[in-house]
Amino acid sequence: MYPSSFEYARAATVAEAITMLSSDEDAKVLAGGHSLIPLMKLRLASPSMLVDIGRISDLSYVRKDGDQIAIGALTRHRDLETSELLAREVPVLSRVAGQIGDPSVRHAGTIGGSTAHGDGAADLPAALLALGATMVVQGPSGNRTVPAAEFFKGFLETALAPDEILTEIRVPTGFSKFGFQKFNRRAQDWAIVGVVAVRSDRTNVSFINMGPTPLRASAVEERLAAGASVEEAASVADEGTSPSADINASVDYRRHLARVLVQRALSELG
Amino acid sequence: MRVELTVNGQNKAADVEPRTLLVHLLREDFGMTGTNVGCDTSSCGACTVLLDGESVKSCTVLAAQADGRSVTTIEGLASADGTLHPLQRAFQENHALQCGYCTPGMVMVSMSILAENDTLDEATVREGLEGNLCRCTGYHNIVKAVLAAKEEMGAEL
Ligand code: FES
Ligand code: FES
Repeated sequence: MYPSSFEYARAATVAEAITMLSSDEDAKVLAGGHSLIPLMKLRLASPSMLVDIGRISDLSYVRKDGDQIAIGALTRHRDLETSELLAREVPVLSRVAGQIGDPSVRHAGTIGGSTAHGDGAADLPAALLALGATMVVQGPSGNRTVPAAEFFKGFLETALAPDEILTEIRVPTGFSKFGFQKFNRRAQDWAIVGVVAVRSDRTNVSFINMGPTPLRASAVEERLAAGASVEEAASVADEGTSPSADINASVDYRRHLARVLVQRALSELG
Repeated sequence: MRVELTVNGQNKAADVEPRTLLVHLLREDFGMTGTNVGCDTSSCGACTVLLDGESVKSCTVLAAQADGRSVTTIEGLASADGTLHPLQRAFQENHALQCGYCTPGMVMVSMSILAENDTLDEATVREGLEGNLCRCTGYHNIVKAVLAAKEEMGAEL
């Protein structure tokens, strides 16, 4: 399968990439390509131009910045999986990144690419939502930040304007305990349903593949905050979700999985 | 567009359309048909090659993304006189292939597994092979071959 034809431009800097994006409203950013190229091969996306930011070397890093960890958008899943700093400060992200796809996919896919793609079935966006991450976005008129809760807007739709680039993701430290449940049939598959739970002085829970965007499990969080038991909180887990049916699962089965997996993820928190 | 890269240590170049995938550059422009296409949807790993020393699925990488970089394919493992690489020999000795379709990808992803792990156990090999499907062998002999290669090569990789 071939993608349909497009123009290719390689950017050396973020500023140059933004200029290229501004010149063509059907242009798309190419990072690792592991969300975009499959879509283009299936002709579900046919951008007129790809702006390749993959060689911008100063966008790949994991570093501590006060009580946050700053992650460059081009940091690959493999780099997250093997970062000692991340394992110590935000262990949930190393774990989640280490279970994306398979090792060869993790050598190419990036956190910025996965996040900007905004797939409700992807693992990292849901983890970032549970952590209350902040997205740093650069556009023609400078930088702005967008909280994860306002970033994922709809099916494959984010707060990014066509001429903006996600450059950095900031995650808070302090969520030292986590639970991660990814239910699938084969190791490398997408989650049929997944749950990320993180705990500091409060417990945040989010869903993978329970709606068109990653979702916070608000019903669970509210019950827990009001002192409910794990069982009570998990029993309402699918409230406020809107899963769809596909070859792997019906809507009811996904709702059932959501309740079971929330219970398991919360139990992992200890 | 013009792409220039190193393939198995040799400088190569071609004029391609931007939409050309790395696997097609290798097979069609360079005539190197050792790298196979199976699923064409980044699931099966038949197309696995090393890009700057790390395994990637070449059906999901643009030739343009490999421009200026170094690619290693199955053709690059044996020495010029035909002596097999220890990993290839381990596949042969452990009967780690039947039809052979998955084998170039299995060998290349195993090169990455060997390079990334100072010591190897069965679980690590099995996890490392997660993105590569074999419809013939049942995997056991592939796992054995990778462990045997590690044994023989030690920390050499
Ligand atoms: S052909 Fe590339 S992963 Fe199957
Ligand atoms: S040997 Fe036939 S697919 Fe693996």
